[in-house]
Amino acid sequence: MKKRKPIEYLLLSCALLSIIFLFAIAVSLFKEGLPIFKVVSPVKFIFGSHWYPAHDPPEFGILPLILASLLITIGALIVAVPLGIGSAIYMTELAHPKIKEIIKPVLELLASIPSVIYGFFGMVIFAPFIQRIFNIPTGLTALTASILLGIMALPTIISIAEDSITSIPSSIREASYALGATKWETIIQTIIPAARSGILTAIILGMSRAIGETMTVLMIAGGAAVIPKSFLQPVRPMTATIAAEMGESPMGSLHFHALFAIAAILFLITLGFNILANHIKEKRI
Amino acid sequence: MVNTKIFIKNLNLWFGKKQVLVDVNMNIAKKTVTAIMGPSGCGKSTFLRCLNRMNDLTDGVKITGEITIDNKKIYENGTDVPTLRRKVGMVFQRPNPFPKSIYDNIAYGLRINKVSRNKIPEIVEKSLEAAALWTEVKDRLHESAMELSGGQQQRLCIARAIAIEPEVILMDEPCSSLDPAGMFKIEDLIEKLKEEYTIIVVTHNMQQAARISNFTAFLYLGRVMEFGDTNQIFTKPKEKLTENYISGKFG
Ligand SMILES: Nc1ncnc2c1ncn2[C@@H]1O[C@H](COP(=O)(O)OP(=O)(O)O)[C@@H](O)[C@H]1O
Ligand SMILES: [Mg+2]
Repeated sequence: MKKRKPIEYLLLSCALLSIIFLFAIAVSLFKEGLPIFKVVSPVKFIFGSHWYPAHDPPEFGILPLILASLLITIGALIVAVPLGIGSAIYMTELAHPKIKEIIKPVLELLASIPSVIYGFFGMVIFAPFIQRIFNIPTGLTALTASILLGIMALPTIISIAEDSITSIPSSIREASYALGATKWETIIQTIIPAARSGILTAIILGMSRAIGETMTVLMIAGGAAVIPKSFLQPVRPMTATIAAEMGESPMGSLHFHALFAIAAILFLITLGFNILANHIKEKRI
Repeated sequence: MVNTKIFIKNLNLWFGKKQVLVDVNMNIAKKTVTAIMGPSGCGKSTFLRCLNRMNDLTDGVKITGEITIDNKKIYENGTDVPTLRRKVGMVFQRPNPFPKSIYDNIAYGLRINKVSRNKIPEIVEKSLEAAALWTEVKDRLHESAMELSGGQQQRLCIARAIAIEPEVILMDEPCSSLDPAGMFKIEDLIEKLKEEYTIIVVTHNMQQAARISNFTAFLYLGRVMEFGDTNQIFTKPKEKLTENYISGKFG
């Protein structure tokens, strides 16, 4: 066997370290989260519609939180998918290289803005705007959060979709043109189907970005833990609940364990998204 | 020639500052096979891609001169390029099937060209028959075309090209990535197709040019050094350069 250099061991342990971190996070989430199920059954926890953790007796039903997360994520996708895929197609197939040179750094900048700044912008400028156009009591709503999360997910979706479109060999485009296809026919009937696994991966990773986002939704989703009935009402997604309440729940209390259980569920959801994304990438469905 | 299909007059082409085709003149007769020969880089592919305006897709191309197909100038303003490409089909050097099913590879061009839905299955079968591929794939039409062998993929590309009933078929070294068995199948196919189509085929392989073509053009550094009857070119070339090329002194 070939002798390994010390540097190889160092790099190997770096790689192992991240696996250990992932494992440690999962273990601690479940260790601190599971005790809640001694008091509330998992079914009542997930499907209960009242989240009154500080009441006496407390109620731990997280359905409003799950639905809030789903609603905002779906809303974010409605914003981000057409815009993101559209931009990716525009940049790869239509844009002049000069325009592309301008858009790319802008997108990178968009991706690097801290989420608290998105939240701030949402609170101060965007929410009052929403409040005014819909004439509602507060602008801090699921819609506000959806739109901002959609914008935040854009760079992820665009860059992954763009990579997958760019990687389509030009010989396939030529095949389409040579059969008398126009540019649009080529884009819609050749390029998009050929890039579909990359595009799906982009959507799923964008989704996972949206569902896990915390600071922005904490600031602009409104925070009401009720089952959402429309996009125009304040909601309280899972991440915002954890961030807002972790400080006020005494360590080891039921509330504390309940928050960990929410975190564990969130972890499983994003893990699921990532596994799905990888699966699509490999299988090239 | 009375039955001229394609008439090329003083064709010049530049990629940026680099001139790639110089004063090309050629008359191509209906329902014949014309072979384009010449050392690599001499402009064979570029010439072929002028005939279906495929060079339009490249930035910085400048073209002067005239190409007329069926008495229509194809570089004239107002030419509908998709219609031209439908009439002048192309088979590329490397097989380039779409990452779709075998069936959809052929149906693609038909759908694009608005062939009515209920006619498609029949045309798919006919085209695959014509490309000598039907018996090999008839039980797996809905499997991915990417699973086929290179030779089968190339025949699929030919089937795809003839499905939309072009009048001219351009082939750019269609056998260069195939084994001899695949090559002979394509040659047989060309032999059969020339009854209906005007075929222009670029080839590196001189025996192949001699076997399949009626006319041969010898291109060198973007110029047509010699163009004429294939027998004459191979037996008594007029130009010294052609003779040297054919006898394998360079290439
Ligand atoms: N898109 C392009 N841009 C610039 N130069 C090109 C392009 N395509 C081909 N060329 C140049 O044009 C010349 C002829 O190329 P080509 O027609 O592909 O030759 P052949 O098919 O005879 O091998 C070559 O020198 C090649 O480098
Ligand atoms: Mg070539």
